[in-house]
Amino acid sequence: MPTANIAGRDIALNDEGFMTEPTQWTEEIGTFLARQIGIDPLTEEHWKVIRFLRSDFDAQGETATLRRVSTVAGIGTKDLYTLFPGKPARKMAYVSGLPKPKGCV
Amino acid sequence: MKRLLVLGAGTAGTVVVNKLRPRLDPAEWQITIVDQDACHHYQPGYLFIPFGIYRRRDVERPRRDFIPAGVEMVLGRIEEIDPQAQRVTVAGGRHLDYDYLVIATGTHPDPSQTPGYEGAAVGDGIHQFYTLDGAVALYERLKSWEGGRLVVNIMEFPFKCPVAPLEFTFLADWWFRERSRRDKVEIVFATPMSEVFTKPVAARHLTGVLESKEIAVETDFYVERIDADAGALVAYDGRELPYDLLVTVPVNLGAEVVARAGLGDELNHVPVDKGTFLSTQHGNLFAVGDAAALPTSKAGSVAHFSVEVFAENFPRYVEGLEMLERFDGHANCFIESGFGKGLLIDFNYDTEPLPGKYPLPGIGPFSLLQETVTNHWGKMMFRWVYWNLLLRGREIPLPAEMSMYGKER
Ligand SMILES: Cc1cc2nc3c(=O)[nH]c(=O)nc-3n(C[C@H](O)[C@H](O)[C@H](O)COP(=O)(O)OP(=O)(O)OC[C@H]3O[C@@H](n4cnc5c(N)ncnc54)[C@H](O)[C@@H]3O)c2cc1C
Repeated sequence: MPTANIAGRDIALNDEGFMTEPTQWTEEIGTFLARQIGIDPLTEEHWKVIRFLRSDFDAQGETATLRRVSTVAGIGTKDLYTLFPGKPARKMAYVSGLPKPKGCV
Repeated sequence: MKRLLVLGAGTAGTVVVNKLRPRLDPAEWQITIVDQDACHHYQPGYLFIPFGIYRRRDVERPRRDFIPAGVEMVLGRIEEIDPQAQRVTVAGGRHLDYDYLVIATGTHPDPSQTPGYEGAAVGDGIHQFYTLDGAVALYERLKSWEGGRLVVNIMEFPFKCPVAPLEFTFLADWWFRERSRRDKVEIVFATPMSEVFTKPVAARHLTGVLESKEIAVETDFYVERIDADAGALVAYDGRELPYDLLVTVPVNLGAEVVARAGLGDELNHVPVDKGTFLSTQHGNLFAVGDAAALPTSKAGSVAHFSVEVFAENFPRYVEGLEMLERFDGHANCFIESGFGKGLLIDFNYDTEPLPGKYPLPGIGPFSLLQETVTNHWGKMMFRWVYWNLLLRGREIPLPAEMSMYGKER
Protein backbone atom coordinates (compact mmCIF):
# COMPACT_ATOMS: atom_id res chain seq x y z
CA MET A 1 0.00 0.00 0.00
CA PRO A 2 1.71 3.24 -1.09
CA THR A 3 1.77 6.21 1.24
CA ALA A 4 2.53 9.84 0.64
CA ASN A 5 3.67 12.53 2.98
CA ILE A 6 1.00 15.19 2.85
CA ALA A 7 0.96 18.17 5.18
CA GLY A 8 3.55 16.46 7.34
CA ARG A 9 1.64 13.18 7.74
CA ASP A 10 1.96 9.75 6.16
CA ILE A 11 -1.26 9.18 4.24
CA ALA A 12 -2.33 5.79 2.86
CA LEU A 13 -3.27 5.86 -0.83
CA ASN A 14 -4.36 3.25 -3.37
CA ASP A 15 -2.88 2.76 -6.85
CA GLU A 16 -5.07 5.51 -8.26
CA GLY A 17 -4.06 7.95 -5.54
CA PHE A 18 -7.33 7.82 -3.59
CA MET A 19 -6.98 7.88 0.19
CA THR A 20 -7.77 4.54 1.77
CA GLU A 21 -8.17 5.75 5.38
CA PRO A 22 -10.93 8.37 5.38
CA THR A 23 -10.20 9.16 9.05
CA GLN A 24 -6.74 10.49 8.12
CA TRP A 25 -8.34 13.28 6.11
CA THR A 26 -8.17 16.91 7.23
CA GLU A 27 -9.26 20.10 5.47
CA GLU A 28 -5.60 20.87 4.88
CA ILE A 29 -5.16 17.54 3.09
CA GLY A 30 -8.33 18.27 1.10
CA THR A 31 -6.83 21.55 -0.07
CA PHE A 32 -3.63 19.76 -1.06
CA LEU A 33 -5.46 17.02 -2.97
CA ALA A 34 -7.59 19.59 -4.80
CA ARG A 35 -4.44 21.38 -5.95
CA GLN A 36 -3.12 18.03 -7.27
CA ILE A 37 -6.03 17.91 -9.74
CA GLY A 38 -5.93 21.58 -10.62
CA ILE A 39 -8.70 22.87 -8.36
CA ASP A 40 -7.29 25.94 -6.65
CA PRO A 41 -8.58 27.60 -4.62
CA LEU A 42 -11.40 25.60 -3.04
CA THR A 43 -14.35 27.97 -2.79
CA GLU A 44 -17.19 27.90 -0.28
CA GLU A 45 -19.25 26.02 -2.92
CA HIS A 46 -16.59 23.32 -3.12
CA TRP A 47 -16.52 23.04 0.67
CA LYS A 48 -20.29 22.62 0.81
CA VAL A 49 -19.96 19.57 -1.43
CA ILE A 50 -16.97 18.19 0.45
CA ARG A 51 -18.64 18.60 3.86
CA PHE A 52 -21.77 16.88 2.60
CA LEU A 53 -19.73 13.99 1.17
CA ARG A 54 -17.82 13.59 4.43
CA SER A 55 -20.88 13.60 6.69
CA ASP A 56 -22.89 11.40 4.32
CA PHE A 57 -20.03 8.89 4.24
CA ASP A 58 -19.98 8.81 8.05
CA ALA A 59 -23.68 8.05 8.11
CA GLN A 60 -23.93 5.68 5.11
CA GLY A 61 -20.50 4.08 4.87
CA GLU A 62 -20.47 4.81 1.15
CA THR A 63 -19.49 7.72 -1.05
CA ALA A 64 -22.49 9.63 -2.35
CA THR A 65 -23.20 9.49 -6.09
CA LEU A 66 -23.88 12.62 -8.16
CA ARG A 67 -27.59 11.91 -7.94
CA ARG A 68 -27.42 11.57 -4.19
CA VAL A 69 -25.60 14.91 -3.86
CA SER A 70 -28.19 16.59 -6.05
CA THR A 71 -31.27 15.04 -4.38
CA VAL A 72 -30.14 14.98 -0.77
CA ALA A 73 -27.83 18.02 -0.57
CA GLY A 74 -29.66 19.99 -3.25
CA ILE A 75 -26.51 20.82 -5.24
CA GLY A 76 -27.36 20.41 -8.93
CA THR A 77 -25.39 18.06 -11.15
CA LYS A 78 -24.63 20.90 -13.58
CA ASP A 79 -23.00 22.82 -10.71
CA LEU A 80 -20.98 19.77 -9.72
CA TYR A 81 -19.60 19.60 -13.25
CA THR A 82 -18.62 23.26 -12.98
CA LEU A 83 -16.98 22.84 -9.59
CA PHE A 84 -15.22 19.56 -10.36
CA PRO A 85 -14.91 19.60 -14.18
CA GLY A 86 -14.67 16.43 -16.27
CA LYS A 87 -15.32 13.58 -13.87
CA PRO A 88 -16.98 15.20 -10.85
CA ALA A 89 -17.92 11.99 -9.01
CA ARG A 90 -14.30 10.83 -8.93
CA LYS A 91 -12.86 14.25 -8.24
CA MET A 92 -15.20 15.03 -5.36
CA ALA A 93 -14.39 11.72 -3.72
CA TYR A 94 -10.67 12.20 -4.30
CA VAL A 95 -10.57 15.62 -2.68
CA SER A 96 -12.76 14.47 0.22
CA GLY A 97 -10.45 11.55 0.99
CA LEU A 98 -13.13 8.96 0.24
CA PRO A 99 -13.27 5.88 -2.03
CA LYS A 100 -14.69 6.58 -5.50
CA PRO A 101 -18.41 5.92 -5.52
CA LYS A 102 -19.18 2.43 -6.70
CA GLY A 103 -21.60 2.71 -9.58
CA CYS A 104 -23.35 -0.30 -8.07
CA VAL A 105 -23.24 -3.36 -10.28
CA MET B 1 -53.74 -14.16 13.95
CA LYS B 2 -50.51 -12.54 12.83
CA ARG B 3 -50.52 -10.73 9.53
CA LEU B 4 -47.74 -10.78 6.93
CA LEU B 5 -48.27 -8.31 4.12
CA VAL B 6 -46.21 -8.47 0.91
CA LEU B 7 -46.23 -5.47 -1.43
CA GLY B 8 -45.66 -6.36 -5.09
CA ALA B 9 -46.28 -9.74 -6.73
CA GLY B 10 -43.34 -9.66 -9.15
CA THR B 11 -40.41 -12.06 -9.01
CA ALA B 12 -39.41 -11.44 -5.39
CA GLY B 13 -42.88 -11.06 -3.83
CA THR B 14 -44.21 -14.16 -5.55
CA VAL B 15 -41.28 -16.29 -4.38
CA VAL B 16 -41.65 -14.89 -0.85
CA VAL B 17 -45.25 -16.09 -0.49
CA ASN B 18 -44.49 -19.44 -2.12
CA LYS B 19 -41.58 -20.05 0.23
CA LEU B 20 -43.24 -18.74 3.39
CA ARG B 21 -46.73 -20.21 3.13
CA PRO B 22 -45.49 -23.77 3.88
CA ARG B 23 -43.22 -22.45 6.63
CA LEU B 24 -45.82 -20.40 8.55
CA ASP B 25 -48.65 -22.19 10.37
CA PRO B 26 -51.96 -21.26 8.65
CA ALA B 27 -53.67 -21.31 12.06
CA GLU B 28 -51.38 -18.49 13.20
CA TRP B 29 -50.45 -16.57 10.08
CA GLN B 30 -52.49 -14.76 7.50
CA ILE B 31 -50.52 -13.87 4.35
CA THR B 32 -51.65 -11.20 1.88
CA ILE B 33 -49.95 -10.02 -1.31
CA VAL B 34 -50.84 -6.88 -3.30
CA ASP B 35 -50.11 -5.89 -6.87
CA GLN B 36 -51.47 -3.18 -9.12
CA ASP B 37 -52.31 -5.42 -12.06
CA ALA B 38 -53.26 -8.98 -12.84
CA CYS B 39 -50.50 -9.86 -15.27
CA HIS B 40 -47.07 -11.22 -14.34
CA HIS B 41 -44.35 -10.35 -16.85
CA TYR B 42 -41.22 -12.37 -17.49
CA GLN B 43 -39.12 -9.21 -17.82
CA PRO B 44 -35.91 -10.91 -19.06
CA GLY B 45 -37.97 -11.81 -22.13
CA TYR B 46 -38.39 -8.11 -23.07
CA LEU B 47 -34.87 -8.25 -24.50
CA PHE B 48 -35.91 -10.65 -27.25
CA ILE B 49 -39.09 -8.87 -28.33
CA PRO B 50 -37.51 -6.09 -30.46
CA PHE B 51 -35.89 -8.81 -32.58
CA GLY B 52 -39.07 -10.84 -33.00
CA ILE B 53 -37.65 -13.79 -31.05
CA TYR B 54 -40.37 -13.55 -28.38
CA ARG B 55 -43.82 -12.07 -28.69
CA ARG B 56 -46.04 -10.51 -26.11
CA ARG B 57 -47.75 -13.77 -25.25
CA ASP B 58 -44.41 -15.43 -24.44
CA VAL B 59 -43.76 -13.14 -21.52
CA GLU B 60 -47.21 -12.73 -19.89
CA ARG B 61 -49.05 -15.00 -17.46
CA PRO B 62 -51.84 -14.35 -14.94
CA ARG B 63 -50.32 -13.48 -11.55
CA ARG B 64 -52.83 -15.63 -9.73
CA ASP B 65 -51.43 -18.79 -11.32
CA PHE B 66 -48.34 -18.33 -9.18
CA ILE B 67 -49.96 -17.40 -5.87
CA PRO B 68 -50.36 -20.49 -3.66
CA ALA B 69 -53.54 -21.54 -1.87
CA GLY B 70 -53.81 -19.92 1.53
CA VAL B 71 -52.49 -16.55 0.39
CA GLU B 72 -54.89 -13.71 -0.26
CA MET B 73 -54.18 -11.72 -3.42
CA VAL B 74 -55.34 -8.11 -3.52
CA LEU B 75 -55.36 -6.22 -6.81
CA GLY B 76 -54.98 -2.46 -6.62
CA ARG B 77 -52.42 0.30 -6.62
CA ILE B 78 -50.68 0.74 -3.27
CA GLU B 79 -51.21 4.38 -2.37
CA GLU B 80 -49.90 4.72 1.14
CA ILE B 81 -47.62 2.92 3.54
CA ASP B 82 -47.80 4.05 7.16
CA PRO B 83 -45.06 2.26 9.11
CA GLN B 84 -46.15 3.86 12.41
CA ALA B 85 -49.77 2.73 12.13
CA GLN B 86 -48.61 -0.51 10.44
CA ARG B 87 -51.14 0.03 7.73
CA VAL B 88 -51.14 0.08 3.92
CA THR B 89 -53.84 1.76 1.84
CA VAL B 90 -54.77 0.47 -1.59
CA ALA B 91 -56.55 2.48 -4.34
CA GLY B 92 -60.24 2.61 -3.59
CA GLY B 93 -59.52 3.13 0.09
CA ARG B 94 -59.08 -0.43 1.33
CA HIS B 95 -56.81 -0.64 4.39
CA LEU B 96 -54.51 -3.56 5.01
CA ASP B 97 -53.08 -3.77 8.55
CA TYR B 98 -49.94 -5.78 9.14
CA ASP B 99 -47.61 -7.08 11.81
CA TYR B 100 -44.77 -7.63 9.33
CA LEU B 101 -44.31 -5.92 5.98
CA VAL B 102 -42.22 -7.07 3.01
CA ILE B 103 -41.67 -4.44 0.33
CA ALA B 104 -41.13 -6.05 -3.08
CA THR B 105 -42.32 -3.27 -5.37
CA GLY B 106 -39.25 -3.47 -7.61
CA THR B 107 -37.79 -0.64 -9.65
CA HIS B 108 -39.10 0.80 -12.91
CA PRO B 109 -37.98 3.04 -15.79
CA ASP B 110 -39.01 6.67 -15.35
CA PRO B 111 -38.57 8.81 -18.50
CA SER B 112 -39.71 11.95 -16.64
CA GLN B 113 -36.31 12.06 -14.89
CA THR B 114 -34.60 13.11 -18.14
CA PRO B 115 -35.49 16.54 -19.56
CA GLY B 116 -36.58 16.37 -23.17
CA TYR B 117 -37.55 12.71 -22.99
CA GLU B 118 -41.16 12.79 -21.86
CA GLY B 119 -42.33 15.50 -24.21
CA ALA B 120 -40.73 13.86 -27.23
CA ALA B 121 -43.07 12.58 -29.93
CA VAL B 122 -43.30 8.91 -30.84
CA GLY B 123 -41.72 9.59 -34.22
CA ASP B 124 -38.64 11.15 -32.64
CA GLY B 125 -36.66 7.95 -32.70
CA ILE B 126 -36.52 7.53 -28.90
CA HIS B 127 -37.16 3.97 -27.78
CA GLN B 128 -36.64 1.66 -24.82
CA PHE B 129 -37.24 -2.03 -24.12
CA TYR B 130 -37.64 -1.85 -20.32
CA THR B 131 -41.43 -2.13 -20.55
CA LEU B 132 -43.42 -4.60 -22.60
CA ASP B 133 -45.12 -1.84 -24.62
CA GLY B 134 -41.76 -0.20 -25.23
CA ALA B 135 -40.23 -3.47 -26.44
CA VAL B 136 -43.14 -4.08 -28.82
CA ALA B 137 -42.93 -0.53 -30.22
CA LEU B 138 -39.21 -1.02 -30.80
CA TYR B 139 -39.93 -4.27 -32.67
CA GLU B 140 -42.21 -2.32 -35.01
CA ARG B 141 -39.57 0.40 -35.48
CA LEU B 142 -36.68 -1.97 -36.19
CA LYS B 143 -38.67 -3.81 -38.85
CA SER B 144 -38.78 -0.76 -41.10
CA TRP B 145 -35.72 1.21 -39.98
CA GLU B 146 -33.54 2.17 -42.92
CA GLY B 147 -30.34 2.42 -40.94
CA GLY B 148 -28.15 5.22 -39.62
CA ARG B 149 -26.68 5.69 -36.18
CA LEU B 150 -28.09 3.52 -33.40
CA VAL B 151 -27.18 4.77 -29.94
CA VAL B 152 -27.78 2.50 -26.94
CA ASN B 153 -27.38 4.44 -23.70
CA ILE B 154 -27.73 4.14 -19.94
CA MET B 155 -29.08 7.18 -18.11
CA GLU B 156 -28.22 6.35 -14.51
CA PHE B 157 -26.87 3.66 -12.19
CA PRO B 158 -28.11 1.43 -10.70
CA PHE B 159 -30.77 -0.02 -13.00
CA LYS B 160 -32.21 -3.50 -13.21
CA CYS B 161 -30.38 -6.14 -15.17
CA PRO B 162 -27.12 -4.24 -15.71
CA VAL B 163 -26.15 -6.47 -18.65
CA ALA B 164 -29.39 -5.97 -20.63
CA PRO B 165 -28.22 -2.89 -22.60
CA LEU B 166 -25.03 -4.72 -23.62
CA GLU B 167 -27.09 -7.72 -24.66
CA PHE B 168 -29.38 -5.50 -26.69
CA THR B 169 -26.33 -4.03 -28.43
CA PHE B 170 -24.89 -7.47 -29.23
CA LEU B 171 -28.23 -8.69 -30.54
CA ALA B 172 -28.69 -5.58 -32.67
CA ASP B 173 -25.30 -6.22 -34.28
CA TRP B 174 -26.29 -9.81 -34.99
CA TRP B 175 -29.76 -8.88 -36.26
CA PHE B 176 -28.46 -6.32 -38.78
CA ARG B 177 -25.72 -8.69 -39.98
CA GLU B 178 -28.28 -11.46 -40.50
CA ARG B 179 -30.22 -9.08 -42.70
CA SER B 180 -27.11 -7.86 -44.54
CA ARG B 181 -27.79 -4.33 -43.26
CA ARG B 182 -24.92 -3.97 -40.80
CA ASP B 183 -22.99 -1.74 -43.23
CA LYS B 184 -25.86 0.76 -43.08
CA VAL B 185 -25.83 0.89 -39.29
CA GLU B 186 -23.34 2.48 -36.94
CA ILE B 187 -23.74 1.23 -33.37
CA VAL B 188 -22.63 3.28 -30.35
CA PHE B 189 -22.85 2.17 -26.72
CA ALA B 190 -22.84 5.10 -24.26
CA THR B 191 -22.54 4.76 -20.49
CA PRO B 192 -22.03 7.15 -17.55
CA MET B 193 -19.39 4.79 -16.17
CA SER B 194 -15.70 4.86 -17.10
CA GLU B 195 -15.92 1.24 -18.32
CA VAL B 196 -18.55 -0.86 -20.08
CA PHE B 197 -19.16 -2.85 -16.91
CA THR B 198 -18.64 -2.02 -13.25
CA LYS B 199 -16.20 -4.85 -12.46
CA PRO B 200 -12.72 -4.78 -14.05
CA VAL B 201 -12.23 -8.41 -15.22
CA ALA B 202 -15.69 -8.63 -16.78
CA ALA B 203 -15.28 -5.12 -18.24
CA ARG B 204 -12.11 -6.28 -20.06
CA HIS B 205 -13.84 -9.34 -21.52
CA LEU B 206 -16.91 -7.39 -22.56
CA THR B 207 -14.85 -4.59 -24.11
CA GLY B 208 -13.22 -7.30 -26.23
CA VAL B 209 -16.60 -8.58 -27.35
CA LEU B 210 -17.75 -5.05 -28.25
CA GLU B 211 -14.60 -4.44 -30.28
CA SER B 212 -14.95 -7.72 -32.16
CA LYS B 213 -18.46 -6.64 -33.17
CA GLU B 214 -17.32 -3.16 -34.25
CA ILE B 215 -19.44 -1.38 -31.68
CA ALA B 216 -18.15 2.06 -30.67
CA VAL B 217 -18.12 2.91 -26.96
CA GLU B 218 -18.63 6.32 -25.33
CA THR B 219 -17.73 6.28 -21.62
CA ASP B 220 -18.29 8.84 -18.83
CA PHE B 221 -21.32 9.99 -20.77
CA TYR B 222 -23.75 11.23 -18.12
CA VAL B 223 -26.84 12.52 -19.89
CA GLU B 224 -28.24 15.89 -18.89
CA ARG B 225 -31.06 15.98 -21.44
CA ILE B 226 -32.31 14.71 -24.76
CA ASP B 227 -32.50 17.25 -27.56
CA ALA B 228 -35.24 15.51 -29.50
CA ASP B 229 -35.46 18.20 -32.18
CA ALA B 230 -31.79 17.89 -33.04
CA GLY B 231 -31.82 14.13 -32.39
CA ALA B 232 -28.96 14.15 -29.88
CA LEU B 233 -28.12 13.18 -26.33
CA VAL B 234 -26.50 16.03 -24.43
CA ALA B 235 -24.11 15.17 -21.60
CA TYR B 236 -23.36 17.30 -18.54
CA ASP B 237 -19.80 17.82 -19.72
CA GLY B 238 -21.11 19.38 -22.94
CA ARG B 239 -20.55 16.45 -25.29
CA GLU B 240 -23.33 15.73 -27.77
CA LEU B 241 -24.12 12.35 -29.23
CA PRO B 242 -26.37 12.47 -32.30
CA TYR B 243 -28.61 9.49 -33.02
CA ASP B 244 -31.01 8.38 -35.70
CA LEU B 245 -32.42 5.74 -33.40
CA LEU B 246 -31.97 5.96 -29.65
CA VAL B 247 -32.52 2.93 -27.44
CA THR B 248 -32.20 4.16 -23.90
CA VAL B 249 -32.33 2.67 -20.43
CA PRO B 250 -34.27 5.39 -18.59
CA VAL B 251 -33.47 6.29 -14.98
CA ASN B 252 -34.79 3.45 -12.79
CA LEU B 253 -36.73 4.46 -9.69
CA GLY B 254 -38.28 2.45 -6.90
CA ALA B 255 -42.01 2.88 -6.23
CA GLU B 256 -43.13 6.44 -5.53
CA VAL B 257 -45.21 5.18 -2.57
CA VAL B 258 -41.97 4.05 -0.89
CA ALA B 259 -40.57 7.57 -1.19
CA ARG B 260 -43.74 9.15 0.18
CA ALA B 261 -43.54 6.91 3.24
CA GLY B 262 -40.02 8.20 3.89
CA LEU B 263 -38.62 4.72 3.32
CA GLY B 264 -36.51 5.34 0.22
CA ASP B 265 -33.06 6.63 -0.71
CA GLU B 266 -32.40 9.10 -3.54
CA LEU B 267 -33.74 6.59 -6.08
CA ASN B 268 -36.63 5.40 -3.87
CA HIS B 269 -34.87 2.15 -3.04
CA VAL B 270 -35.17 0.95 0.57
CA PRO B 271 -32.00 0.91 2.72
CA VAL B 272 -31.72 -2.53 4.37
CA ASP B 273 -29.13 -4.72 6.03
CA LYS B 274 -27.38 -6.36 3.06
CA GLY B 275 -27.26 -9.78 4.72
CA THR B 276 -30.84 -10.05 6.03
CA PHE B 277 -32.90 -7.36 4.19
CA LEU B 278 -34.22 -5.99 7.47
CA SER B 279 -35.02 -2.28 7.13
CA THR B 280 -32.52 0.06 8.75
CA GLN B 281 -35.50 2.01 10.14
CA HIS B 282 -38.19 -0.44 11.23
CA GLY B 283 -37.88 -3.80 13.00
CA ASN B 284 -40.96 -5.28 11.32
CA LEU B 285 -40.17 -4.24 7.77
CA PHE B 286 -38.08 -5.98 5.11
CA ALA B 287 -37.38 -5.10 1.48
CA VAL B 288 -36.40 -7.74 -1.07
CA GLY B 289 -35.61 -7.85 -4.79
CA ASP B 290 -35.07 -4.69 -6.83
CA ALA B 291 -36.91 -2.56 -4.24
CA ALA B 292 -34.00 -2.96 -1.80
CA ALA B 293 -30.89 -0.78 -1.93
CA LEU B 294 -28.24 -3.51 -2.07
CA PRO B 295 -24.69 -3.27 -3.42
CA THR B 296 -25.27 -6.07 -5.95
CA SER B 297 -27.13 -6.36 -9.28
CA LYS B 298 -30.82 -5.70 -9.48
CA ALA B 299 -31.71 -8.97 -11.17
CA GLY B 300 -34.17 -11.84 -11.06
CA SER B 301 -31.39 -14.19 -9.98
CA VAL B 302 -30.61 -11.95 -7.01
CA ALA B 303 -34.30 -11.72 -6.13
CA HIS B 304 -34.42 -15.52 -6.16
CA PHE B 305 -31.23 -16.15 -4.15
CA SER B 306 -31.99 -13.43 -1.64
CA VAL B 307 -35.52 -14.66 -0.99
CA GLU B 308 -34.15 -18.14 -0.24
CA VAL B 309 -32.09 -16.58 2.52
CA PHE B 310 -34.98 -14.41 3.69
CA ALA B 311 -37.38 -17.39 3.84
CA GLU B 312 -34.94 -19.32 6.04
CA ASN B 313 -34.55 -16.38 8.38
CA PHE B 314 -38.06 -15.01 8.69
CA PRO B 315 -39.69 -17.84 10.71
CA ARG B 316 -36.83 -17.59 13.21
CA TYR B 317 -36.95 -13.82 13.35
CA VAL B 318 -40.63 -13.72 14.29
CA GLU B 319 -39.89 -16.19 17.11
CA GLY B 320 -37.36 -13.73 18.46
CA LEU B 321 -34.44 -15.93 17.34
CA GLU B 322 -31.30 -14.77 15.59
CA MET B 323 -31.32 -14.78 11.78
CA LEU B 324 -28.68 -17.40 10.96
CA GLU B 325 -28.36 -17.00 7.21
CA ARG B 326 -26.68 -14.03 5.61
CA PHE B 327 -27.00 -13.17 1.93
CA ASP B 328 -23.63 -12.92 0.16
CA GLY B 329 -24.86 -10.81 -2.79
CA HIS B 330 -24.85 -13.78 -5.18
CA ALA B 331 -25.84 -12.86 -8.76
CA ASN B 332 -25.80 -15.09 -11.80
CA CYS B 333 -26.52 -13.64 -15.25
CA PHE B 334 -26.45 -15.03 -18.74
CA ILE B 335 -25.37 -12.44 -21.30
CA GLU B 336 -26.85 -13.09 -24.71
CA SER B 337 -24.28 -12.11 -27.33
CA GLY B 338 -25.92 -12.92 -30.67
CA PHE B 339 -25.30 -15.67 -33.29
CA GLY B 340 -26.79 -18.24 -30.90
CA LYS B 341 -24.17 -17.68 -28.23
CA GLY B 342 -23.97 -16.21 -24.79
CA LEU B 343 -21.69 -15.53 -21.83
CA LEU B 344 -22.28 -16.21 -18.15
CA ILE B 345 -21.19 -14.22 -15.11
CA ASP B 346 -21.40 -15.37 -11.49
CA PHE B 347 -20.39 -13.10 -8.61
CA ASN B 348 -21.25 -11.69 -5.18
CA TYR B 349 -20.59 -8.71 -2.89
CA ASP B 350 -16.89 -9.61 -2.54
CA THR B 351 -15.94 -11.59 -5.65
CA GLU B 352 -16.15 -9.94 -9.05
CA PRO B 353 -17.17 -12.01 -12.11
CA LEU B 354 -14.22 -14.27 -13.02
CA PRO B 355 -13.49 -16.58 -15.94
CA GLY B 356 -13.59 -20.37 -15.57
CA LYS B 357 -16.38 -22.96 -15.41
CA TYR B 358 -19.74 -22.93 -13.68
CA PRO B 359 -20.70 -26.50 -12.76
CA LEU B 360 -24.34 -27.55 -13.07
CA PRO B 361 -25.19 -31.22 -12.69
CA GLY B 362 -26.82 -32.73 -15.77
CA ILE B 363 -26.67 -29.66 -18.01
CA GLY B 364 -23.45 -27.76 -17.43
CA PRO B 365 -20.74 -26.95 -17.04
CA PHE B 366 -21.27 -23.46 -18.39
CA SER B 367 -18.26 -21.37 -19.38
CA LEU B 368 -17.82 -18.14 -17.46
CA LEU B 369 -17.09 -14.93 -19.38
CA GLN B 370 -16.80 -16.82 -22.65
CA GLU B 371 -19.14 -16.89 -25.62
CA THR B 372 -20.60 -20.39 -25.96
CA VAL B 373 -23.67 -22.06 -27.42
CA THR B 374 -24.42 -23.76 -24.08
CA ASN B 375 -24.72 -20.39 -22.37
CA HIS B 376 -27.23 -19.28 -24.99
CA TRP B 377 -29.32 -22.38 -24.27
CA GLY B 378 -29.04 -21.68 -20.57
CA LYS B 379 -30.52 -18.25 -21.18
CA MET B 380 -33.35 -19.58 -23.36
CA MET B 381 -34.14 -22.37 -20.86
CA PHE B 382 -34.37 -19.84 -18.10
CA ARG B 383 -37.87 -18.79 -19.15
CA TRP B 384 -39.17 -22.32 -18.53
CA VAL B 385 -37.30 -22.45 -15.23
CA TYR B 386 -38.78 -19.07 -14.28
CA TRP B 387 -42.45 -19.98 -14.87
CA ASN B 388 -42.28 -23.55 -13.64
CA LEU B 389 -39.74 -23.67 -10.84
CA LEU B 390 -38.43 -20.32 -9.71
CA LEU B 391 -41.67 -18.36 -9.23
CA ARG B 392 -43.33 -21.30 -7.51
CA GLY B 393 -40.51 -21.52 -5.01
CA ARG B 394 -39.46 -25.02 -6.14
CA GLU B 395 -35.93 -26.37 -5.83
CA ILE B 396 -33.56 -25.17 -8.55
CA PRO B 397 -30.10 -26.73 -8.67
CA LEU B 398 -28.52 -23.32 -8.12
CA PRO B 399 -27.28 -22.72 -4.58
CA ALA B 400 -28.07 -19.32 -3.05
CA GLU B 401 -24.49 -18.92 -1.88
CA MET B 402 -21.81 -18.29 -4.51
CA SER B 403 -19.11 -20.95 -4.92
CA MET B 404 -15.49 -20.44 -6.02
CA TYR B 405 -15.48 -23.92 -7.57
CA GLY B 406 -14.28 -23.75 -11.20
CA LYS B 407 -13.46 -20.05 -11.09
CA GLU B 408 -10.01 -18.83 -12.16
CA ARG B 409 -8.31 -15.85 -10.63
C1 LIG C 1 -35.27 -5.83 -20.16
C2 LIG C 1 -34.98 -6.60 -18.91
C3 LIG C 1 -34.18 -7.71 -18.96
C4 LIG C 1 -33.89 -8.43 -17.82
N1 LIG C 1 -33.10 -9.55 -17.91
C5 LIG C 1 -32.81 -10.26 -16.80
C6 LIG C 1 -32.02 -11.44 -16.88
O1 LIG C 1 -31.59 -11.85 -17.96
N2 LIG C 1 -31.72 -12.10 -15.74
C7 LIG C 1 -32.19 -11.66 -14.53
O2 LIG C 1 -31.89 -12.30 -13.53
N3 LIG C 1 -32.95 -10.56 -14.42
C8 LIG C 1 -33.28 -9.85 -15.53
N4 LIG C 1 -34.08 -8.73 -15.43
C9 LIG C 1 -34.41 -8.20 -14.09
C10 LIG C 1 -35.57 -8.90 -13.41
O3 LIG C 1 -36.69 -8.91 -14.23
C11 LIG C 1 -35.87 -8.13 -12.12
O4 LIG C 1 -34.68 -7.94 -11.40
C12 LIG C 1 -36.84 -8.89 -11.24
O5 LIG C 1 -38.08 -8.97 -11.88
C13 LIG C 1 -36.97 -8.21 -9.88
O6 LIG C 1 -38.03 -8.72 -9.16
P1 LIG C 1 -38.83 -7.81 -8.13
O7 LIG C 1 -39.88 -8.67 -7.57
O8 LIG C 1 -37.90 -7.13 -7.22
O9 LIG C 1 -39.50 -6.67 -9.03
P2 LIG C 1 -40.64 -6.87 -10.13
O10 LIG C 1 -40.62 -8.25 -10.67
O11 LIG C 1 -40.48 -5.75 -11.09
O12 LIG C 1 -41.99 -6.72 -9.32
C14 LIG C 1 -42.43 -5.53 -8.69
C15 LIG C 1 -43.93 -5.59 -8.62
O13 LIG C 1 -44.42 -4.53 -7.78
C16 LIG C 1 -45.60 -4.02 -8.36
N5 LIG C 1 -45.78 -2.63 -7.90
C17 LIG C 1 -44.87 -1.63 -7.92
N6 LIG C 1 -45.39 -0.50 -7.41
C18 LIG C 1 -46.67 -0.80 -7.05
C19 LIG C 1 -47.74 -0.06 -6.45
N7 LIG C 1 -47.62 1.23 -6.13
N8 LIG C 1 -48.91 -0.70 -6.22
C20 LIG C 1 -49.07 -2.00 -6.53
N9 LIG C 1 -48.10 -2.76 -7.09
C21 LIG C 1 -46.91 -2.16 -7.34
C22 LIG C 1 -45.37 -4.13 -9.85
O14 LIG C 1 -46.62 -4.17 -10.56
C23 LIG C 1 -44.59 -5.42 -9.97
O15 LIG C 1 -45.41 -6.52 -10.23
C24 LIG C 1 -34.41 -8.01 -16.57
C25 LIG C 1 -35.25 -6.88 -16.52
C26 LIG C 1 -35.54 -6.17 -17.66
C27 LIG C 1 -36.44 -4.98 -17.59
